[in-house]
Formats: sequence, structure tokens, C-alpha cells
Amino acid sequence: MIPAAFSYHRPATVADAVKLLADLGEDARPLAGGHSLVPMMKLRLATPSHLVDLHGVAGLKGIRRDGNKVTIGAMTTQHELLASEEIANSLPILHEAALQIADPQVRYRGTIGGNVANGDPGNDMPALMLTLGAIYQLHGTGGAREALASDFYQGAYFTALEPGEILTSVTIPVPAAGHGYAYEKLKRKVGDYATAAAAVVLTMAGGKVASCAIALTNLHETPLLAAEAAKAVIGTTLDAASRKKAADAAQAIMSPAADARGPVEYRKHVGGIMVTRALQRAASRAK
Amino acid sequence: MAKTHVTMKVNGAEVEGLVEPRTLLVHFIRENLQLTGTHIGCETTHCGACTIDIDGMSVKSCTMFAVQAQGAEITTIEGMANADGTLSALQEGFRMMHGLQCGFCTPGMILRAHRLLQEIPSPTEEEIRMGISGNICRCTGYQNIVKAIQYAAAKINGVEFKEAAE
Repeated sequence: MIPAAFSYHRPATVADAVKLLADLGEDARPLAGGHSLVPMMKLRLATPSHLVDLHGVAGLKGIRRDGNKVTIGAMTTQHELLASEEIANSLPILHEAALQIADPQVRYRGTIGGNVANGDPGNDMPALMLTLGAIYQLHGTGGAREALASDFYQGAYFTALEPGEILTSVTIPVPAAGHGYAYEKLKRKVGDYATAAAAVVLTMAGGKVASCAIALTNLHETPLLAAEAAKAVIGTTLDAASRKKAADAAQAIMSPAADARGPVEYRKHVGGIMVTRALQRAASRAK
Repeated sequence: MAKTHVTMKVNGAEVEGLVEPRTLLVHFIRENLQLTGTHIGCETTHCGACTIDIDGMSVKSCTMFAVQAQGAEITTIEGMANADGTLSALQEGFRMMHGLQCGFCTPGMILRAHRLLQEIPSPTEEEIRMGISGNICRCTGYQNIVKAIQYAAAKINGVEFKEAAE
């Protein structure tokens, strides 16, 4: 399979990259790791006339701790996330989720920026960004701006990115020391997108849930923050009844597509189970 | 479409060629360089048959453009044997442990296992299985591939290889 012809551009700065994207218009696409876009191009489901490869852009890579925030450059790969002690220590849920993305080869190329900015409901990182309250840095020819992850996703492949804008980094507030976390992902096989997945970040105090955030992957056309589900467990000991309430509240907002991963009813059913399991595992890890 | 001049180092040799931007790296390796040991299986980033080593990473060469490999250092299966032409530890492992049947996945398996052993010199069975989870084999059931990689790890580490009891 050979993609349709295109022109290749390799800018060296963010300013040059966004200028190219703005000048070339909607026939141009930014190229990050390429492991979503290139397969689509080979299938001719995407036929951009221009690719603006971000691999040559300085300053888009790296993981930086700044006080109680961690900033990750958009071109940082999943493999680099997995190799980072900073991520393992302060944002272990990213480590857990990155290990469940695709396979080792894809993780050497696939980037956090591509994962969060593509708008594919099957991508795993967006749900984590919702639970963690991440902020995205976006750059266009008009300059830089920030967007909350919770305001970013508008529909399948539709995000708050304006034409010509690129996402350059994500900034994540470090959760409290001793927080519990879990990313539960049901998939048919290694490398698959989630049939259903749930991310949980919580803190416990005196045996009760003190704070909790829950988000869902691939159970709607966008990642979902399950605020009512989280509310259902705060102040509880995470007993069976509270867990059931949370799963029910999460299921109430799910609207997955029926596809090869199963019919709607099944995906909602297992979505509830992912929420329950993630809550239990997160609580067991909280100190 | 205008062609671009690319240069890279493949198996220790400087190579060059003219490519269209859309030329996939695997096509450049197989057709321009005539190194046909790197196989094309699914062409959809699933099977891992086209895995090569590029700048210290295992990459599916069907999912990267040749222009993106400008200046890169690449190893393919043709570059895996020892300098004197004898089989490398991994190649020997696949031979001794019957780590292949039809052989189609083998170049990708060996290149992936090569990088895995660079990163984890003494992997557990679980680490090997997760490490090759991006490579599909439809013959062996993986059992002997795991053993082949264990054999190679033992040989590289200078310890005796003991086959786990079945």
C-alpha cells in the first residue's frame, strides 16, 4: 500500500511549523509519530497534499518538573515516557497507561502530543489528562494559548485546535503524594484500542475517599470525565454499594459505538466493570 | 513529484538514493537497496515483519517514510551476523531452538529481540513475551521464539542456557 503523493516539509522551529501549516491550508497535516496518520494515508483514508514533519522542531521533546507541575513536550514518545523516572515517580498512571498503548515498536514512535491532539476516541492518554486536570499548550501563527484538557475534545477527531495550530506540550499538576491511581483497559489483544477503559486518580483519608476523578476511554465520541460517578464515591469507604453507584453513574453518560469490539450494551456493561476495577485498584494503591 | 536525495547508514555502509516523499522506508530498503531480508507482512503496522533497528529503536519500517530516515543509522537482518560471517547469538538461538517454521516473521523477530536484549540484557519470560508483542508469528505459537531469545541472552551474558521444563 502506497500513500498518495504529498510534499514533505521539515521545519526547525515551532514558528516555521505553524507558518507552513497556516500558509498551506487544510491540505497540510502536521506529522508527529505518524502511527495513526501514516496507516490512514496508506489506506488512502487520509490524502494530505503536504506533511509538516515535527521531528526536526527543536524544543518539542522532553519531560520537565517545575514545582508541582510536570510539562511534557508534544514529541515525547511513549517509550520515553516509560523510561522516565520523573513520570514513574510523580505520574505513575501515565506509565501504566503507556504500557497498554499499541506495542513496543509503535511506542518508540508514537508521541504524547499525537495521542492527545488527534481526537481519536480510542486514544488512551486523553482520559488520563481529564482525570489529572491537564492543560495543553497550543501554538498558531497568532501566538500561544492554553486549553484545559476538559475543554479540548468536541467530537470524534474534532478538538479545540484551530486550523494551523499545533499542540506543543501538556502540563500536568502532580497529584498528591500517596494518591491512588489505575488505568483499567479491556482490549481484545495487545495493540488494540480499548473496548472500554477507565482512568481513576483518587486520594484516601481515614479509610474514606477524600478526592476522586474518573474518566472513560472509547465509550463516547470523546473521552468523558465521569463527574457524577466520582461524586458517588467521595466520602465513602468504596463499599460495594458505592462502587455500584459509581458504575451506574458512569454508564449513564456512556454512548459507545457498536463495532467489532462489541454491541453498545456489552461495551457499556464492561465500561462499568472497568470503572469498578479501576476504583478498587486505585484505592488499594493509595496511602 | 520531485524526488529527494537521502543518505543514511545501513548495516555500517553509507547508502544514498532518490525517493519520493511517499516512499515508505521498507520499500526503500527492499527495492532501492535490494536488502530483501526485511519483509512486508501486513503493511498496516500490526505484524512487525518489517521491524528494523533505527537509531537505537525498533521501528516498523512500513510506517515511516524514507525521507524521515535521512542521516539515520539502520540495522536490518542482513547486518545481524557477526563480523566474521558466523551467526550472531540471536540467529544461533533461533536455529538451535527451532524458533522459526516458515521464517517470514523471523527477520522482524530477530531485530526486535536485538533491541530488547540491548535494553534488558536478562529478560524474564514475561518481558520477552511483552517485548515481542508487536511481532506476529502464525507458525510457532511463540514458545520456541521465547526459548531462542532466552538462549541468545544466556550466550551473550556468558551463562549456561537451561531450557525451562515443559
